[in-house]
Amino acid sequence: MKKIFATLATLMATTGLAQAQEVLNLFNWGNYTNPELLSKFEAETGIKVTVTDYDSNDAALAKIEAGGHGFDLVVPTHQYVQIYASKGLIQKLDLSKLPNHSNIAQEWMNVEWDPGRAYTVPWQWGTTGIAVNTSVYDGDINTSDIFLKVPDELKGKINVVPEMNDIVNLAVMWAGGTSCSEDTEVLKKARDALVAAKPDWISMDYGATEKLSNNDWAASVNWNGSTMRARIANPSVKYGYPKEGYPIWMDSVALLSDAQHVENAYKFLNFIAEPENAALISAFARYANGIAGSEAFMPEDMQTAPEVVVPEEFKAAGSFIPTCSAKAQEYMTAIWTELQK
Amino acid sequence: MSLAEERQRKTSARNGWLLSAPALILLTLAASGPLLVVLVYSFLEKGQYGNVLWDFSTDGWTGILFSRDIFDDTLKLADAHLTIFWRSVKLSFLTTIITFLLGFPTAWFIATRTPAHRAIWLFLITIPFWTNLLIRTFAIGEILRSEGLINTALIRLGIIDQPIQMLYNDGAVLVGMAYVYLPLMVLPLYSAIERFDMRLLEAGYDLFASRMQVLRHIILPIVKPGIIAGSILVFVPSLGAYVTPRILGGGKNMMIGNFIELQFGQGRNWPLGAALSMTLLVVVTVALLFYVRTLGKGGSGGGHG
Amino acid sequence: MAKPGFTVAHLPGFATIAVGVFVCLYLPIITLVVYSFNGGSSIAVWQEFSFRWYSVAWGNEAVKDATVRSLVIALSASAIATVLATFAALGTTRRAPYRGQTFIYVMINQPLMVPEIVTAVALLIIFASIKVATGYHGLGYLIAAHSAFCIPFAYLPIRARLEGMDTVMETAAADLYASAWQTFRYVTLPLLAPGIAAGAMLAFVISLDDVVITEFVKSGGQDTLPTYMLGQLRRAVTPEVNAISSALLALTVALLTAFFLLTRKRD
Repeated sequence: MKKIFATLATLMATTGLAQAQEVLNLFNWGNYTNPELLSKFEAETGIKVTVTDYDSNDAALAKIEAGGHGFDLVVPTHQYVQIYASKGLIQKLDLSKLPNHSNIAQEWMNVEWDPGRAYTVPWQWGTTGIAVNTSVYDGDINTSDIFLKVPDELKGKINVVPEMNDIVNLAVMWAGGTSCSEDTEVLKKARDALVAAKPDWISMDYGATEKLSNNDWAASVNWNGSTMRARIANPSVKYGYPKEGYPIWMDSVALLSDAQHVENAYKFLNFIAEPENAALISAFARYANGIAGSEAFMPEDMQTAPEVVVPEEFKAAGSFIPTCSAKAQEYMTAIWTELQK
Repeated sequence: MSLAEERQRKTSARNGWLLSAPALILLTLAASGPLLVVLVYSFLEKGQYGNVLWDFSTDGWTGILFSRDIFDDTLKLADAHLTIFWRSVKLSFLTTIITFLLGFPTAWFIATRTPAHRAIWLFLITIPFWTNLLIRTFAIGEILRSEGLINTALIRLGIIDQPIQMLYNDGAVLVGMAYVYLPLMVLPLYSAIERFDMRLLEAGYDLFASRMQVLRHIILPIVKPGIIAGSILVFVPSLGAYVTPRILGGGKNMMIGNFIELQFGQGRNWPLGAALSMTLLVVVTVALLFYVRTLGKGGSGGGHG
Repeated sequence: MAKPGFTVAHLPGFATIAVGVFVCLYLPIITLVVYSFNGGSSIAVWQEFSFRWYSVAWGNEAVKDATVRSLVIALSASAIATVLATFAALGTTRRAPYRGQTFIYVMINQPLMVPEIVTAVALLIIFASIKVATGYHGLGYLIAAHSAFCIPFAYLPIRARLEGMDTVMETAAADLYASAWQTFRYVTLPLLAPGIAAGAMLAFVISLDDVVITEFVKSGGQDTLPTYMLGQLRRAVTPEVNAISSALLALTVALLTAFFLLTRKRD
C-alpha cells in the first residue's frame, strides 16, 4: 500500500510540474489537430498546448455551457458559432492582438455566421458528400440516391455517418427542399426516404477513413478530407458531390468567455492564421483551411485533389447549413429519432 | 431481552452505521445526490439548444410513451422508444444468461484446481481485462469483420465462399457485451464456489444423487449469493451499455444508453433524457427486486443480496 | 482435492467450456498485440512487421499524458473505494439486523443500478457549479466520481467473502484478550484478504475502463486514455492505440506476475 502511495505522489508531482509551464487548453475534435503544429507553436512561444477531444458539437456545447470546464479555445462548426455567441460563451476578438487576422481569405471573412470574423479564426472547412468504392459500384456517384435509393451493388455495404445535421439536410435537399426546411411535405418525403433506405445500410458509424480503406464498407456518406485519406490508401475510393445539394461546413476556433489563458490563446489564434501554419493543419486532416496563401505550403497532392478542390460543375449544389430555427430543429430531431430506433 | 443484550445490539447498530458512513458520504456527494438534479430536470422545459428552461413541464415524461407526430400534431404511442427499451432489456437479459452459462463452468473449473493452480487460472482470467474496454471492443470487431479472423479461417477451410456479415447487428453487440462483462460474472461465482465445502458433494453422491440432482439441489443453492452478485454486476451495466452498441452495433440500432445520450446531445431534449434516465432507474430497481425476491427465497446467507 | 478416479467435484463438460472460454478471451487480445506491430496504418490490414507505432505512441505527448492520468485516477480511486468498501462491508454483515441496514445496502449499490450516462449528466451539472464556485479544476473531481462508482464493485466481493466467514475466530481472539484492533488486524483482515484483493482489482479495472462519466466530468486537458480514444473514433483509429494498449498490457502483466510470485513465496 505504501508503495502505491509513493508512486502516486511521484505521478502527481510530475503532472503538477507540467502545469508550472505556460499552457493553453484547446477543446477540439478528436484526431483533428496536427501534433507538428503544436510542437512548432511550443518551440516558438514556449506555450504547451493541451488538446482535449470531443466527438460532437452538442457534447462540446453542453460541456462549455455547464461552466467550470477550464478550456480556452473551442472549435465549433459554423452553425454553432451563433449559438455560442448568443449564450455569451465566446468573446469578441481583440483584433489589435491578431495582426494575422487580415490573412483570412476574403471569401471566409464576411461569413454569415460571423460577419467580419469578430469571433472566430478559421480552422478547416470541407464538404459532406458520398464516398464510393468504384470497384464495387461504377455508376453515377454524384447523387444522394446512393444512400437514399441504394443501388443493388451497394446494398448492405454502405455506411452513413451519424451526424444529424448533415444527414437530414442531405435528405431534405434530395427531396427538393433547402436546409433547415420547415416545409412538412418535403420533410415527410425526406423522412420516408431515410426510413425506407435504412435497412440497406450496413451501419451508421464513424471511422470511414479506415473502413473504406480496408473494404469493410464499399461506400459511405462521408466528409471530403476523410475520403481523401481513404483514397490514398485505397485508390478505387472516389468522392461524389450530390447534385441535389450537399452541405459545406467550416470549423472555426473561438475564444471562450471564461478562458484563463487569454494572452496565450491570442498567440495561438495569431499563429494559426499564418499561412504556413494553416497549411500544417490541413496537411494532417486533409481539409482545406480559410487562410489566404496557405496553398503554397500545402502538400502537393492536396492542391489538385478532387476531394478538396470542388469541381466547377458541382460548386452550385453546395451550401452552408445555417443555424436552424427551433421548429426546424424539432423536425430534424424527430426524424433522426425515428431513423435511429 | 436483557439490558446487556439490548446495549450490545445498539452498539452493533451504531458501529454498523459508523463503518458505512465514509462510503455513504462519498456516494451521496458523487453519485446519489446529483441524481436529484436529474429528477428536477425531468420536470423542466427543454431549451432550444439543449439544456433546460426553468419552467415546470411534464413534456419530458409524456415524451417517453407518446410522441407528437411532427406533421399532423396528433399524439401517438412512441413505438420508437418502446422498441429501444425492449431491445435493451432483451439484450441485457441474454447477456446475463450467456455470461452465466459460460461463467459458471469456468468459475467451477478454476475453483476445483489445486490452490496453487487456482491462483494462476484466476490470474489468467483477469489479464484480458487489464486492457482497456474500448480497445477490447475494437479487437472483437477486428475478429468479426468480413476480412477478420473468423471469416478468413472459414473461407480458407472452404466452409464458406462469401464472408458472413457478423458485425453491425444485435448478435455482434451480444457477443461484445458477453465478452466485456464475463469477468464480472466469473469472479463473484468463483468466490462463492471457492468456499463451497466439497464434502457436501460426497454426501450427495453417497445418497445416490445423480450429477444433475447434485447440481440442482446442492451446488446451485449454495452458490446462489455468487449468482445474484454476478447477475447484478452484468445485467445493470448491460442495460446502460453505451460503448459496445456504438462500436459493434454500428450505431444503427440504439440501446437505451445511446438513446439517452442522444437526448443530451444532438437530440437537444434534456428533460426527455432525464425522464428516460429515471424510467431506466425504475426498470432496473423493479428487475432487481423481482430478482432478489425469486432467487433470494430459501437461499443461504445473503439476506439482502 | 485431487483424488484418483471419481472426483466429486468433476462435472462433465465444464472443463471443456472453461478452456473454450479462455481461448475466446485471449483471441482478441492476441490480435490486438499482433496488429500493434503492423507497419501499415491500419488496425486490420497487415502490411509488415515494424515498431513504427510504438515509436509514434512514445513520441505522442497527448497519449503519454492520458495514460499517466488514467493510471493516477485508477490507482487513487480503487484505493479509496476499497478502503471505504471494506469498512462498509464490515458494517453491514455479520451483525444483528438493524434499522437502516437495507438503506445502506441500497445506497452502496446505487451506482450499479444507475446507468452511467445518468450519473454522468448529473455530475456534469453539479461539478460544473462547484468548479465555478471554488475555481478548483483539478483531478479531484474525477477521482471522487471514480471512487464513488467503484465502491460497489469493491464492496460486493468483500461482502461475499465476509458472509462466508463465521465469527468463531474473532470470538476466539477476543476471548484471548486481543483488542478490537488486534482482532481486526491479525484475524479478520488476513481472512478477508482475498475478498479485498478481488474488490480492489475490480475497482481498478472499472475505473481504468470508464468512458462516459469521465467524458462528462473531465476539465480542460484531463483526457484519460479511454476518452482520448473515444475522440479518435470519429476520424480513424491507427495501430497507435494497439501499441499503447499492448505496452500497458505488458507492463501490467509483468507487475502482476511479480506480485503473484512474491505472494506465492510467502505462502
